[in-house]
Amino acid sequence: MKLYDVTELALRNLRESVLRNSLTTVGISVGVASLVAMLSLGIGLQQLAGRRLQKSGLFDTIIVTSRRDLRGFDREQEQNGPAPADSPVLNEEARAKLAQLPNVREAYPDIRFVTELRYDDKPHLTMVAGLPASAKSNDAFDGMQGSFFSNDDAPQAIILKSFAEELLGRTPKQGEAEPGVAELAKPLLGKSFILRYAERTSPNSLSGSGNASDNLAAMASAYSVISKEMTVTIVGVSELNPDTMRGQAGARVYLPLKLAEGMHVMQPSDLRNASSQGAGEATYSTVSVRVNNASKVGDVEAAIKKLGFNTFSITDATKSLRQFFAILDLFLGIFGSLALAVASIGIVNTLVMAILERRREIGIMKAIGASDSDVKGLFFAEAGAMGVFGGVLGVALGWTIGQLINFGTNVYLKRHQFPSEKVWLVPWWLVGGAIAFSIIVSLLSGLYPASRAARLDPVQALRYE
Amino acid sequence: MSSQSMIQLQDVCRHYSMGDTLIPAVDGISLEISTGEFVALLGSSGSGKSSLLNLMAGLDRATSGCVVVQGSNLVELSREALAKHRLKTVGMVFQSFNLIPSMNLLENVELPLRFAEIDRNQREMMAQKALERVGLGKRIRHRPSELSGGEQQRASLARALINQPRILLADEPTGNLDSKTGTEIMGLIREFNQTLGTTIVMVTHERAIAERYAQRMIFLADGKLVGDQVNSGIEK
Ligand SMILES: Nc1ncnc2c1ncn2[C@@H]1O[C@H](COP(=O)(O)OP(=O)(O)OP(=O)(O)O)[C@@H](O)[C@H]1O
Ligand SMILES: [Mg+2]
Repeated sequence: MKLYDVTELALRNLRESVLRNSLTTVGISVGVASLVAMLSLGIGLQQLAGRRLQKSGLFDTIIVTSRRDLRGFDREQEQNGPAPADSPVLNEEARAKLAQLPNVREAYPDIRFVTELRYDDKPHLTMVAGLPASAKSNDAFDGMQGSFFSNDDAPQAIILKSFAEELLGRTPKQGEAEPGVAELAKPLLGKSFILRYAERTSPNSLSGSGNASDNLAAMASAYSVISKEMTVTIVGVSELNPDTMRGQAGARVYLPLKLAEGMHVMQPSDLRNASSQGAGEATYSTVSVRVNNASKVGDVEAAIKKLGFNTFSITDATKSLRQFFAILDLFLGIFGSLALAVASIGIVNTLVMAILERRREIGIMKAIGASDSDVKGLFFAEAGAMGVFGGVLGVALGWTIGQLINFGTNVYLKRHQFPSEKVWLVPWWLVGGAIAFSIIVSLLSGLYPASRAARLDPVQALRYE
Repeated sequence: MSSQSMIQLQDVCRHYSMGDTLIPAVDGISLEISTGEFVALLGSSGSGKSSLLNLMAGLDRATSGCVVVQGSNLVELSREALAKHRLKTVGMVFQSFNLIPSMNLLENVELPLRFAEIDRNQREMMAQKALERVGLGKRIRHRPSELSGGEQQRASLARALINQPRILLADEPTGNLDSKTGTEIMGLIREFNQTLGTTIVMVTHERAIAERYAQRMIFLADGKLVGDQVNSGIEK
């Protein structure tokens, strides 16, 4: 029989006992749906975790310091590398060089200082840090109230929730419920505070015009320090700290990086440099280097070390994470397949029932000339068709369940003021794979019933009234 | 084997074993049926008529002996070749019509053409013509359950002959019909025998029918051939 005829006959046979066959098909689709559900949950969680890690900047950031600052806490490294005194200075030129290294996304100086700011005429002492424009995508800001800096040198600030509490004088007592970020942000957004800081200036910039000898003298005296004030507007209040790598010691007020750089705030390293070398040029205590891909951290670190700097990074945790998820996916897949295995027994059962029921019909077909392979093909095609329908239906069902779970999770997250997340992801290969798997399982289930139908003795079948 | 011979049986046995006992349904039958002959197989119930017919049809295999149809020994054929034999060389009709209830008449008659892998567009036309020939041209979209017994048997005749077989094997084709309808069916069978030259082997236990239509009558008892006579009183 031609394939087209086999298919047509199989489909009409399926339609003849539509209830039983649809129930079997629903059984398959539930199996496929559970497989799709399990695997896409695994994939969704994996991608979620990956996204989190990527955004946290924990695993793609290298902190670079000059060896000159080494206080000998890492003797081993000191012995391997050049002597601290020979290590290059970590200045703008060095930063540019770091940014040029392969696989480096950006390199920015780490500017932070402790200073006083006045809000509502009350003084507060805090750590202030510069934040590069790329930090906008940091997931710490996903649930932020207000907005990110309008540009990279605007006189704007993002403050942490804890600092907002301090500014408003609302530090919660023990046992008291913490106020929400939104509540704290409302009276603060758009308000300004005055930042007081010590600016380090070269003497010649003070005198304006001077001759060469004056400049030399200025170099010798390094720099002078003057007190400055700046009015800064609060644009954002964040619950989470973007400065994860520094933990509790992190800053609580953030300024745009360019703005912070332009302020030339006196740094502790300036003092050291001034005493040892007397260089007037600004140096950075640390530079953060962000890498394109967490897996490249090792290579980039090695390259930076070659330049003579000291590096610090958290070892690539994504590898063990990937391993964990591979195992998780395997188990989820096995559980998902279990339902499909049960469904395949359903197919066998339905087809064996169909053989008993259609004994006579099979006998007739053989009497009028159907070969064994015709009969076999017919039952095989019925199993395959149930696999196709079950697979498509199952993927649709799994997808719908996934959408519902996504929706439910996001309602929950929103209620707890977390940003929405996609915990459920159905990639195209899974759609195709699940349908193919369903067809294969169905065909395998059809194997026994089909050959049993083909072996049926027509004389017996026709005798049967 | 003469060129006139269509079916040759030589010492054919079909034994069923039921536990310890052996039931000789067909027990050493030898006979020869010529091309275009109209033969009736007669005998009491359980004498082995149907068993013998199934052996000629290739639905069943002989325990021993030779069943040669159109030059090929069915005993030696593969299952696949036997299916081909049933499809092309013989057509069968049964007492209980055996149409497929879920298909309408056109689809039922078309079914052997599907197995023969005839083109779709040709199939419908051929089935339509075959049904017209047995007087059912207006009922082609009806299912078997919507037809009378006589009409169902006509449809099953159309199906048996759709692949233009050289032999028609009929197992009590009028057994479920009243005598008037039975006569109509027998008329059709005779027509096929005379116009197409189809060889007919018909099982019946009604001697009257055999005498009226068959050229030759073969009598069976307990699986053995007990009589073989040319019918002289055949009606023209
Ligand atoms: N599958 C079988 N197993 C055992 N015995 C069988 C089987 N099929 C047929 N027989 C026996 O073979 C014998 C001949 O049966 P068969 O059907 O050929 O008779 P018949 O002449 O066609 O009878 P009827 O006129 O009632 O149709 C019977 O005794 C029957 O019981
Ligand atoms: Mg019989």
